[in-house]
Amino acid sequence: MSDIVAVEEIKERNKQLIGEVLEAYPEKFGKRRAKHLGTFEESKGECGIKSNIKSIPGVMTIRGCAYAGSKGVVWGPIKDMVHISHGPVGCGQYSWAARRNYYVGTTGVDSFVTMQFTSDFQEKDIVFGGDKKLSKIIDEIEELFPLNKGVSIQSECPIGLIGDDIEAVSKAKSKEYGKTIVPVRCEGFRGVSQSLGHHIANDAIRDWVFDKKHDRPARFESTPYDVAIIGDYNIGGDAWSSRILLEEMGLRVIAQWSGDGTLAELEATPKAKLNILHCYRSMNYISRHMEEKYGTPWVEYNFFGPSKIAGSLREIASHFDDTIKEGAERVIARYQALTDATIAKYRPRLEGKKVMLFVGGLRPRHVIGAYEDLGMEVVGTGYEFGHNDDYQRTTHYIKDGTLIYDDVTSYEFEKFVEKVQPDLVGSGIKEKYIFQKMGVPFRQMHSWDYSGPYHGYDGFAIFARDMDMAINAPVWRMTKTPW
Amino acid sequence: MAALRQIAFYGKGGIGKSTTSQNTLAALAEMGQKILIVGCDPKADSTRLILHAKAQDTILSMAAELGSVEDLELDQVMKTGYKGIRCVESGGPEPGVGCAGRGVITSINFLEENGAYEDIDYVSYDVLGDVVCGGFAMPIRENKAQEIYIVMSGEMMAMYAANNISKGILKYANSGGVRLGGLICNERQTDKELELAETIAKKLGSKLIYFVPRANIVQHAELRRMTVIEYAPDSEQAMHYRKLAEKIHNNVGQGVIPTPISMDELEEMLMEHGIIPNVDESLVGKRAVEAVA
Repeated sequence: MSDIVAVEEIKERNKQLIGEVLEAYPEKFGKRRAKHLGTFEESKGECGIKSNIKSIPGVMTIRGCAYAGSKGVVWGPIKDMVHISHGPVGCGQYSWAARRNYYVGTTGVDSFVTMQFTSDFQEKDIVFGGDKKLSKIIDEIEELFPLNKGVSIQSECPIGLIGDDIEAVSKAKSKEYGKTIVPVRCEGFRGVSQSLGHHIANDAIRDWVFDKKHDRPARFESTPYDVAIIGDYNIGGDAWSSRILLEEMGLRVIAQWSGDGTLAELEATPKAKLNILHCYRSMNYISRHMEEKYGTPWVEYNFFGPSKIAGSLREIASHFDDTIKEGAERVIARYQALTDATIAKYRPRLEGKKVMLFVGGLRPRHVIGAYEDLGMEVVGTGYEFGHNDDYQRTTHYIKDGTLIYDDVTSYEFEKFVEKVQPDLVGSGIKEKYIFQKMGVPFRQMHSWDYSGPYHGYDGFAIFARDMDMAINAPVWRMTKTPW
Repeated sequence: MAALRQIAFYGKGGIGKSTTSQNTLAALAEMGQKILIVGCDPKADSTRLILHAKAQDTILSMAAELGSVEDLELDQVMKTGYKGIRCVESGGPEPGVGCAGRGVITSINFLEENGAYEDIDYVSYDVLGDVVCGGFAMPIRENKAQEIYIVMSGEMMAMYAANNISKGILKYANSGGVRLGGLICNERQTDKELELAETIAKKLGSKLIYFVPRANIVQHAELRRMTVIEYAPDSEQAMHYRKLAEKIHNNVGQGVIPTPISMDELEEMLMEHGIIPNVDESLVGKRAVEAVA
């Protein structure tokens, strides 16, 4: 009974808090923001908020742009292709070195992820068009990095404004070199967030990789256990600590999309028996396409925390025969000791701690299980660029009374944290120091704060250690907040 | 010395802007005015009659060749022609690529930064057909051309364009002080041309500065890449251009904020003058069979 009372109290507090925050806006925009803020009502079974809508100018949104979604997320990690930031130098400069998408390879010889290629547009390229320069850059790439397997052209805003025909250049150069060259129309002004960039990038793979395979014979021998990891960017090695579990249960991973991935892996993926999809938001498009066109089924999974990992391993195994099902049980059993030890060590230090999250398009729901495995509670969460289907999926993870904030503004987030007083905030680099200065422990949940991996059983041990390190650092005992 | 007059010629493509402006400016030069022509059309044909050249080296092509516009010196792109008229061409990309509008902005900034406007009485901008984007509006923005002369004719599309250009001027009239100097009708020998030109000028709150009659001698001069003023200074046509030049010279401070009209008003006006037939609104959008029934 007291629990129910507590939940009702929280809902009431959230309502007041949202009202308070909205008061700060001009009426028109308060009304608009109101649709993005709410409290999860378990009885209704939905978050009941709007998403994937244009941000209001001046609010300091945390979102990125379509170029960030294509170059930074989907294409950038494909290691044996060169990704040209096509346009003025800034977009390339600030997306240099990618998002800690780890890879195996020799940088500058057969792998290029942490390098930065830009066409560095000048006034004359705007006025006269950049197509000749683009051709020249591709020639230079061929000469300097002959082991590249292909090139992608990541359009920055001016490319769309001046109408450069990057498709024509791609076709001509692709013919000349017999390599895959992919024009991506991910100009930053398109769409409301990086989300459209993911979609555009997915479509470019469909149109320029799948549909334009060169005359190379497909040297690929199928097995009944072929799977492709879709939507794992191998941040801090996430895909690796996932891959081993799949391999240990008897599956063969034929592709990683796109962390530590290669062009050949992309091309082979339609031959998978099952596509397993981690980041739904950024790669559901291509998964659906492969299902429709090649009949490759797909299933979502979650490798954060032992509870979700075990559930996901069994779900994946259910698409295969008994050897794999047995394999899944074997893997779960094998890591039980590690899991138990991790929980035994950290749960007592983290039990009951409250967390507020604000991340991109997957983690606001996916990491909740991992926190709960450690006895922690997520009391507020929201997406930078999630859509309705993400919020629908979120309802399976969150508890009654969870505060939900879509495309949260800087002001709202600060106010929410100030009033809710969580023990930990998990968000991005732009948010980190604001909350730390407020005396609230913080972990970056995009880059794993330069740690990781967090996926898989190995990742969970690191995750638990990192959360403990953030929350129980002695430094917090030395700060006193002004409120 | 009187204050620098910054004028610009706008008008529908092919209306004779460049011909009219070069002849008029040649006449102004005869009157002792020191003139700079800034061609703002990627075709770069705004100065050929003054320079007797096919097309001069443009700011943008030179800048592209040298690497960037910062590497460019003014004397590399400024040429002197008939009666000391200084000429520069902005230039721009070939049709279908790049951004010619941005090119105009780049060029005008270059000219200002490099002192091209010093020691002259007139700057004249010759701009392509229509104000299609922000770049081509550059000459009418703050601290650029103060008087716009719209070259037009009795053709319907020329009047549409004149009205559109007036909208562009209106947009910047309050922020930058640009004014519509007047309309110049370059005769096409259409029906009731003078009457129409005067009417639309009045509707736009302006006046018809001059009606330039059609004369073959203009073509003869053009074939020799010359203005009529230079080719046949004693001809009647040369006298017309001199009169136009004088009108413009005396038009200082007479510009107005235009009052562009709606498409409906414009069409009504054309109907009144019998340029387009009266349209029975009940027939609009109906196919032949339906119309019969």
